Parts: sequence; C-alpha cells; structure tokens
Amino acid sequence: MTTSPTRIQVNPSVPGDGRPDYIRIQDYGFWYGAKKALDAITLDIPERQVTAFIGPSGCGKSTLLRNLNRMNDLIDAVRHEGDITVGGRSIYDPTVEVISLRRRVGMVFQKSNPFPKSIYENVVYSLRVAGVSDRDILDETCESSLRRAALWDEVKDRLQDSALGLSGGQMQRLCIARAIANQPEILLMDEPCSALDPIATGKIEELIHHLKAQFTIVIVTHSMQQAARVSDRTAFFYLGKLVEADRTEKIFMNPAQSQTEAYISGRFG
Amino acid sequence: MKDPVPNVPDAKPPAGEAFVWFTSVGLVLGLTMVAALVGVIVLNGAKAFWPAAIERAELADGRVLLGPLVQERLKPGTPPAAGLLERQYQIGLREQNGQSFAWIDASAVRSSSLPPGALALERMENGAAFLLPAELRLAGGSRLAASDPAFLSRLESLIASVAERRERLAEVEKVRIGRINTELQRVKVGLRKAADLGTPDAELKAEAARLDADYQLLAAEARSLRDGFPADVLAGTDGAGRPLEFPVASLVRAWEPNRLGLGGKLALAASRAWEFVSAEPREANTEGGVLPALFGTFAMTVLMSALVTPFGVVAAIYLREYARQGAVLRMVRISVNNLAGVPSIVFGVFGLGFFVYVLGGNLDRLLFADELRYNNNTPVLGTGGLLWASLTLALMTLPVVIVATEEALSAVPRGMREASLACGASKWQTIREILLPASAPGILTGVILAMARGAGEVAPLMIVGVVKLAPTLPIDGEFPFLHMDRKFMHLGFHIYDLGFQSPDSDAARPMVFASTLLLLLLVLFLNLGAIAIRNRLRERYKTSAF
Repeated sequence: MTTSPTRIQVNPSVPGDGRPDYIRIQDYGFWYGAKKALDAITLDIPERQVTAFIGPSGCGKSTLLRNLNRMNDLIDAVRHEGDITVGGRSIYDPTVEVISLRRRVGMVFQKSNPFPKSIYENVVYSLRVAGVSDRDILDETCESSLRRAALWDEVKDRLQDSALGLSGGQMQRLCIARAIANQPEILLMDEPCSALDPIATGKIEELIHHLKAQFTIVIVTHSMQQAARVSDRTAFFYLGKLVEADRTEKIFMNPAQSQTEAYISGRFG
Repeated sequence: MKDPVPNVPDAKPPAGEAFVWFTSVGLVLGLTMVAALVGVIVLNGAKAFWPAAIERAELADGRVLLGPLVQERLKPGTPPAAGLLERQYQIGLREQNGQSFAWIDASAVRSSSLPPGALALERMENGAAFLLPAELRLAGGSRLAASDPAFLSRLESLIASVAERRERLAEVEKVRIGRINTELQRVKVGLRKAADLGTPDAELKAEAARLDADYQLLAAEARSLRDGFPADVLAGTDGAGRPLEFPVASLVRAWEPNRLGLGGKLALAASRAWEFVSAEPREANTEGGVLPALFGTFAMTVLMSALVTPFGVVAAIYLREYARQGAVLRMVRISVNNLAGVPSIVFGVFGLGFFVYVLGGNLDRLLFADELRYNNNTPVLGTGGLLWASLTLALMTLPVVIVATEEALSAVPRGMREASLACGASKWQTIREILLPASAPGILTGVILAMARGAGEVAPLMIVGVVKLAPTLPIDGEFPFLHMDRKFMHLGFHIYDLGFQSPDSDAARPMVFASTLLLLLLVLFLNLGAIAIRNRLRERYKTSAF
C-alpha cells in the first residue's frame, strides 16, 4: 500500500505468482433478514489474478462480492456465518476497522457513480478522506491513477471540470481511477461494463488485463464472453451455492458439473 | 361481404383526458384566488400613495365638502333596484370635523368641481387637510399670494427646511440624548450598587455630573432647535370659504393634485412610497413610514433562518443517517411532522414561558445581576426581544426544515454513498463531503418554506418581543451593533395594529394594504435570494443524469 505503483515490478505474463489463497472464503453463509442469500461458500481467490463470478441473477455472486469489503453491512438485519480472510486476517476481526478494510479493497460499481465534484477531486477522494492534503502527492496520485485507468490523455486538460460531464465509458474509467488511487490490494468490480457500449467495454477489459499486474481483481459479470476474455479463474454460482470454481479455460472447455455446462452453453439462466 | 373479423367498437377517447381538465380546474381555482388576493393588495396598496384629485362638492343642505372622492357604493339597507348611491369623501381636518372621512348620499351632491389650486397637506398631527390656499404669511411680515407662480415652490422649500430642522432635532433628542441616557442609567446602577455595598463612588459621581452637564448642553441645543421653527403660516379657506390657517412648521408635505400631470403624480407617488419604506412611523403608526417594522421583519426572518437551518439539518442527519430505522423512529418522525400543525400561538406561549422567562430570566440572574438588583428588577434578557422571537419562530419552522432535509438526504443516489464508503470514507466524511452538498438544494427549499412561514407569522410574536412602537432599531452604530435583546416592530403585527387598533380606521386602510404589499415583497425578495443560491448549488452539485 505504501509502495508507489512505478516501483512494483511484476511480470504480468506469469499468472499466479502471488499467494493462491490470498482471499479465503470458508463455509461462508449470509442472510438478508430471514432470506438466505449465500450458503456454505468455500473458495480461495489467488493474488494478482482476475477471478470472475458468474451465474444467473439472484445467485448470490454480487452479494459475495459486496461482502468482501463489507459493503452489505449498510443493510439492516443482515448476518453471516463462517469467515473471510484477506492476507490471512479475518475481515470481521473486531480489532480491524471496517474503514481500513475498505481502504485495502477498492470497488467499482455496476452503475458508474462519480461524485458531483471535479474530475480531480473524484480521483483523490480516497486520499482526502484519509487525511492527505499535500498538493504534490495529490497531483501525482491523480495523474498516475488516471494514467493507469487509461483516462489521462482524455481528461488531462479539464481536471477541474465536473466529472458529470464525462461520457458513460469515461465515467466508469474515472470510477476505476478513483478505486485504485489509494493503492488498494484488491479491486472488486460489480458488472463494470453492463451499462457500456462495446468500445467502452473493450477499453475496460484491456484495463483489467493491465491492472491485474498490481491488484487482485474480482469481477462479477453477466457476460460469459467477458468472463472468458478477462479472467484467469471463474467461479459459477447458482441459488446461493458455489457450484464450481476453477481455471477459466477449464470451466469453459471442460466443466466438471453439468449445471455449469448447461449455464455456459446457454441452456438455462 | 361479411367482415371475417368481428367489429371492434370504436376506440373510446383516451381515458385520461377528462382528468386533465379535472386536475387543471384545481390549479386554476387556486391561481385565481391567489391572483385576486395579490391584485386587491397591489391595487389598494398603490392607492395609498396616489395623489387623488380634490373635489369641491356642494351639498343640498348647504354644506360644502373639499377632499378626494374615495369610493361610491350602493347605500346599505336600501334595495339595489332603487339605485341609491352614497359617496365617501376624505375631508381631512380631523380636529375640526371630528373625523376625516364622510359618507354623503350621491343625490345630496348638488354640484361638484375640481378647483385647480386646491392644496392637499400632510401634517405632523391630525392627519390630512385640504384647502383652497390664499396666501403664505411669511415670518418677515411679507405675504405671498397663492396666485403667485412661485407660491408652491416657496411653500415646498419652507417645508423642506422645516423637515431638515426636525431631523436635526430628532438626531439630538433620540440619538445623542438617548446615548447619554443609556450611560446615565449605567452610572446610576453603579451608584446604587456602591451605596449598597458602601464602596467609594466619587468617580461614578463625577461621571454622572459630567453626563448631566452633557445632557444639559444637548437639551439646550434641542430647545433652541425647537424654538427655531419658522413662524410662517399657510392661510386659505375650506370649501365653504371659512378661513383656515396652518403653521408651516406643522406640515410634512403639500401638493396640488388637480394641477399634477401623470408624470407629476407618478413622481409624487414614488416619493411618498419611498418615504413609506424609509421613514419612521408617526401618529400612532397611521402615518409616516414603516422602516422599523420592515427592518424588524427582515432581521427576525434572517436570524430565524440562521438558527433553524443548522438545528434542522443536524436533526435530520441523525434521523436519516444514524438512527436505527424502526418503530420508535417512525413515531419520532410522525411527531416531528405533526409539530408543523401546532397552532403558532402555542409556540408563542412556549417561547414566552421557556425562552423568555426560564432562559432569559436565568441568563439575567447570571449575567445582569447588578441591573436586576439595582434597577428596579428591570429584566434585560428576561423580556421579549429579537433573539427570543427568532428562536420561537425557529422552533415553529423546525419541522419544515427537518422534513425537507430528510427528503433531500434520501434522494441522494445510493451509489453515491456506497462509492464514498468504498473509498474508505467514514460515515461522517460521507455525510459532509457527499450527502450534504448533494442535498443542499433540497435543504434550501425547506429553508425557503420556513422563511415564508416565519416572515408572515404574527400571533406568537406578539408575546415574545414584537411591539407596536419600538423606540430604537435592533441594529445601530453602538456596540454590539446587533441588539438581540431589544424589542422590535414587525410588518405582520403592524398590519394587525393598523387595521384593528387604530383610531381612524378609514385613514389607516390604505396603509394596511401598503404594509401588506411590502411584507409580500419582502418575502418575495428573501425567497428570490434563497432561490438564487439554490440554483447555483444545483448547478454545482447536480447529480449524474444517467
């Protein structure tokens, strides 16, 4: 988190050079009130790889994603069982504040949600709330984040303009820049391309490909092609249960479960 | 050939159409009533300043009236078919006629004319007067006939010099002597305290003597100013030819309405309207201006908004963002909403009981113990005043701001909150950085509604600090400049006072409408200011369109 992005030297062509069990989900169950949304999920998510969650609507993939940074805590009357650890440490550890967890886990939402502020202030928001006010650090972070989000060239001359004047694809890339500005370790993406046209989608996918050199990325997607294109590993969920998780090629070429095969080939879901 | 498809009945007209008319009738009715109300106020308010033509009416019984025709109506108690009309004339000269308006049967008017030289006078006392001028008897002994072309301008310049002297006198009497009186009061309290405690008081005595000497000087100056009013006299006759005399020193304004063209009338009306908003009231508020009331209303409304906004916003943030949503909170919310339905007078009573007596009384005991003890128990904060009145109204309008703020907060898209929290912001940071700016326009809408409600309120104010006539404005050049403990005047109460408490209600009527118009304009002005701010905020914080 303290290292600057330019100093991280990772060879992106070698997948899986990180810990294979960076995020551990163990016997995890989750309830909205009386409704059980997740049932006994056990899954390891490797470091610096892209893991895709797929499955039909309501299967629990977004719920699980939103639990990785405890975003579901905002909802009344939720409860969980089992545990999730990140880098060996439980996210429910009472000595860890949820704020510091969220600083380590960035998130990009389905609907791009830039703040009604300038482009600049959007990008540096996570630093501002962390108490950084040094202009040089903010400027540098803004530029490097926007560069990594492949947006710098398009907005460098209008950083002080409102972020709401950007196009849909630009807004989503701005949200990605915002999510990676304070150097999180994990980047959660909740259907980041569902509201975008194919060109913008292509840009984001290319971006994901670059970002995985530095971040552990978990992406929820409805598009099987997208999962196949961007992810190293894929997990298939159905009715709150994890049906199958494996390397993406394996899931798409030779799934172990018939349910997975049926979903991937479009026979249901 | 038979149609193979069974006949479909003709499509009915689209089912919603009738309701377009139904719903628009509601709007039209409402708008019509509002337009009529505003129309009546504007028309009658403008009349207060318009120089009406002076009529000379000879009556069948030999009397002759001189004054403007105010209105003509069907004589009450007679059948409309009979067509009996009666006219109301403003005859002025209350001290002679007993009243300044007269109702005359239209049939009793034998002949009427508009004498071109007729003069309308506004006087310091006894209201208006109308006369046919004869001459100006100047103090030096010379005379200037009314037929002289310089007559009116000479009269006006004399009145102007009188007005200027009056102003100087007021400056000495009200401002400078007033300041000494305040000082003297303070010294007297100190002397009584010294006598009570047996401490040396030579210094205080010396100060008292010095102040007294200053006072004597100023009193002499005031006396000389008062004696120096010119002895010029305006002489003329009433309609019947009986002689009338008015010392110029008693006049405020004189004009010849029958000779004025449209431009002259407009200029005169504008000048009188300006006097209305910029001068102090005279004659038990029925004449002169309403500056203290206008200013009091403005100061109270602004102060109230400044008090209610932070209170309401903070309360709404707790209700919406922090409190656990549940049955208890629902009850609290319902209670807050219902608070808006409590009659305002109840808030007034609460303000008197809590703010004035409990809060003010205890603050007095704490901060102004000497004044209480050595000044006949005269309260400073323990009596109605600007601060308590503003607080009372702030309490009254609190539900409006809370409800508006809650609505505005809940209208901020969920994604915005989640994005902020996902960036590692705390709840408070999210509220401060994201939610409050985004809901500022909605909050301002609540403040606008609260202002409009507060500015027009009268009942609670009557018992927490508004008075018929306040000697000083709540703001002046003396420390601490804004005197929140002072009693003040208010346009709403002014309207009530003029309309229902004044001895000459016919004369006060135009002033009632003019004051109402002014109050409307003030609220409009305040609202436009708030709306301008809101639009700027909206521009800045408009939420994503997609």
